[in-house]
Amino acid sequence: MGKDTVSVVRQACKKFDHEGSRILDILREVQKRLACVSGETMDLLAAELSTHRIEIEGLVSFYSFFSENRKGKIIIRLCDDIIDRFAGIERVAKVFSEELGIGIGETSSDWNFSLEFTPCIGMSDQAPAALINETVVTKLTPESAGVIARSLKKNLDTSALVKKKGDGNNADRLVNAMVENNIRKKGEVLLGDNVRAEAGLRKALKKKPEEVIQEVLDSGLRGRGGAGFSTGLKWSLARKAKDARRFVICNADEGEPGTFKDRVLLTERADLIFEGMTIAAYAIGGTSGIVYLRAEYEYLLPYLERVLARRRKAGLLGKNIGGEKGFAFDIRIQLGGGAYICGEESALISSCEGLRGEPKTRPPFPVERGFLGHPTIVNNVETFCCAARILDGGPRWFAAMGTAKSSGTKLLSVSGDCAKPGIYEVPFGIRVADVLDMAGADDPTIVQVGGASGEMLNRGSFYRKICFEDLSTGGSFMTFNSSRNMLKIVDYFLEFFIHESCGYCTPCRVGNVFLRERIQKIMEGYAVKADLDYLKDLSRTIMMTSRCGLGNTSPRPVLSSIDQFPVVYASLLGEGGEGLEAGFSIQKALEESRRIAKRSSMIYDPVYGGSSD
Amino acid sequence: MKKRLATVSLAGCFGCHMSFLDIDERILDLMKLVQFDRSPLNDFKKFKKRCDIGLIEGGCCNEENVHTLREFRKNCDVLVAIGQCAIMGGLPVMRNAIMHAEDPLRECLDTAYLNSPTVFNASNDIPNDPALPLLLDKVYTCAEVVKVDYQIPGCPPSGDTFWLAMTFLLKGTAADLPYELIKYD
Repeated sequence: MGKDTVSVVRQACKKFDHEGSRILDILREVQKRLACVSGETMDLLAAELSTHRIEIEGLVSFYSFFSENRKGKIIIRLCDDIIDRFAGIERVAKVFSEELGIGIGETSSDWNFSLEFTPCIGMSDQAPAALINETVVTKLTPESAGVIARSLKKNLDTSALVKKKGDGNNADRLVNAMVENNIRKKGEVLLGDNVRAEAGLRKALKKKPEEVIQEVLDSGLRGRGGAGFSTGLKWSLARKAKDARRFVICNADEGEPGTFKDRVLLTERADLIFEGMTIAAYAIGGTSGIVYLRAEYEYLLPYLERVLARRRKAGLLGKNIGGEKGFAFDIRIQLGGGAYICGEESALISSCEGLRGEPKTRPPFPVERGFLGHPTIVNNVETFCCAARILDGGPRWFAAMGTAKSSGTKLLSVSGDCAKPGIYEVPFGIRVADVLDMAGADDPTIVQVGGASGEMLNRGSFYRKICFEDLSTGGSFMTFNSSRNMLKIVDYFLEFFIHESCGYCTPCRVGNVFLRERIQKIMEGYAVKADLDYLKDLSRTIMMTSRCGLGNTSPRPVLSSIDQFPVVYASLLGEGGEGLEAGFSIQKALEESRRIAKRSSMIYDPVYGGSSD
Repeated sequence: MKKRLATVSLAGCFGCHMSFLDIDERILDLMKLVQFDRSPLNDFKKFKKRCDIGLIEGGCCNEENVHTLREFRKNCDVLVAIGQCAIMGGLPVMRNAIMHAEDPLRECLDTAYLNSPTVFNASNDIPNDPALPLLLDKVYTCAEVVKVDYQIPGCPPSGDTFWLAMTFLLKGTAADLPYELIKYD
């Protein structure tokens, strides 16, 4: 074992005070410096942190940003989202593969490069995109991929890849990204120019905490992550829970395929997010806050840290915030490890605690016993922003926008086959057709609202409205034109869920695999009508018997596509006839055998004049 | 009129057929109600007439199994998959675990005839007589190849299970087997 390994492990552990709940940060540090967390390293870490190796191994195998095998100095993660696939990521991958001389999932022999596919990195509006270490490269083409690969071979510095910086804060020295915000429509609440700095916080501190909660309740604000739980109710429940410590967690683990609105808020409205969190802390009596930032957005980390530092200096974080005696609150940023499931609030709490990102059994709910057993509120990035704005503009102003049960505006991340993909801030209740018009989608055929776990719509359903009463979404809005294969989209979503299932509940871990097998059988033309019944039946089982939102919703692309595109399915179904299963092809089953045995079949090859079937 | 019964063992071990005979002297009662058609028990190789019931032991690992199973489907009103191999593939299906290998069938044959530590095969030949049926790319369960009406689990199902299942089948209703007969732990 190298001396290096020992010292890297010791330093990393020391940096985070040997704190068990900070193990994700420790592992990230180790992974960065050693390019892997090997078995030996795990032993060392276990000894250093007084835990067991199996705990460490569980983490390393769970989070996709850690690896037991050594990776290259530069890890190229190509976004393998359905939008990126349709935008041509395969061709880009081929160029990288040829230029660097390695296949997908491989590492070059000089330990400089690793090439992999990764699920949605939150850049669907500028697909195809990739993460090169933490640097984001967007709008890739086979040509630009070649340029990038060749420049990396000469110079391993990834920041040199950013030739042209993006708009707004993307051009900030600490962000330094070629990412574009693509803000297409500014609304009154979040992206407009009327957002006044710290106005909400100042007004909140003049009120009693109960009054702050009442304002949020009156505004009708509901969680922006997609589930739509009443924010005011969540806060009041947390306030009522008896404990000396309460936590405010901001869910910035934006992993739903096709969602990227939090990216824009984190870039352009960082202060508003922290302001909202501070207001929440004041309201519930919170003592510390955590922003759980998805690993894919690491490029925003230095910038966000600077904003936090500035707020501490300005007395907006720390002790006696805003001159309010005894109100102490601070925020730290926890970087994730590349796991979609951590966007689920109880899994996110597990991850913050330094555990595998597995959902917890409820009750108790996080508002009673959450992070480290203390009452905790977990809200979406956008929710905190809305809360801060409500305190400034007042609940009536907010509730006047949107529909009866969905007040305010919503950020939509529009991507796919349209002229103007990007962020649209629209009032709740907007019709799908209107969004398509704004985005300049000239041949919309399939629309997926709410990401992989959302709903698929056909043209006849474009009258439907985006709001909690009808189509709820965390922000993802993907549009596909008539040239796209609907089943390929369903197949991709299932592939995604199979990859991202934490594996705890068997119906989710195994059931999604079976769903995908059946969908592929349909695509290959071997399915019969009974297969559709099987899909519906199995979907019901998975949704009923999984304990978290992932399994509760993963069959939805299957169910909604069967409902919305029955003709596509019907056209692919065959008939077995005479009690035979259409799914079985004897010719296909014999192909390999014929080749190996170098002879044909006595029964099934007509040359021998065998049977007729 | 007596019901006509046909049975066959595909990729199985004949264990289910042996277990069938464990109904012992009750077979005399059974013979009052059924007439055996094609079956290894009477060594009839071909169907004489259309049958009411076909019992299938074993899944499909080669082309002959598929051919036979399809014959049974064609000639039987009710098809019953008997035992683990027919229902889930059983022991033979273990070769499906190497499906993800580059050349799964080749690997299967090499392991069986050349590379296993217990193999003595001086000529290094893999059996390939033209009379041997070709192997399928993987092992298929009966229900993957034809429509199956009923399944009777067990490895093998006990004589009592057979007896009860036959009673129900002859009555023409689905068998409601008691828990003791279908629990295996």
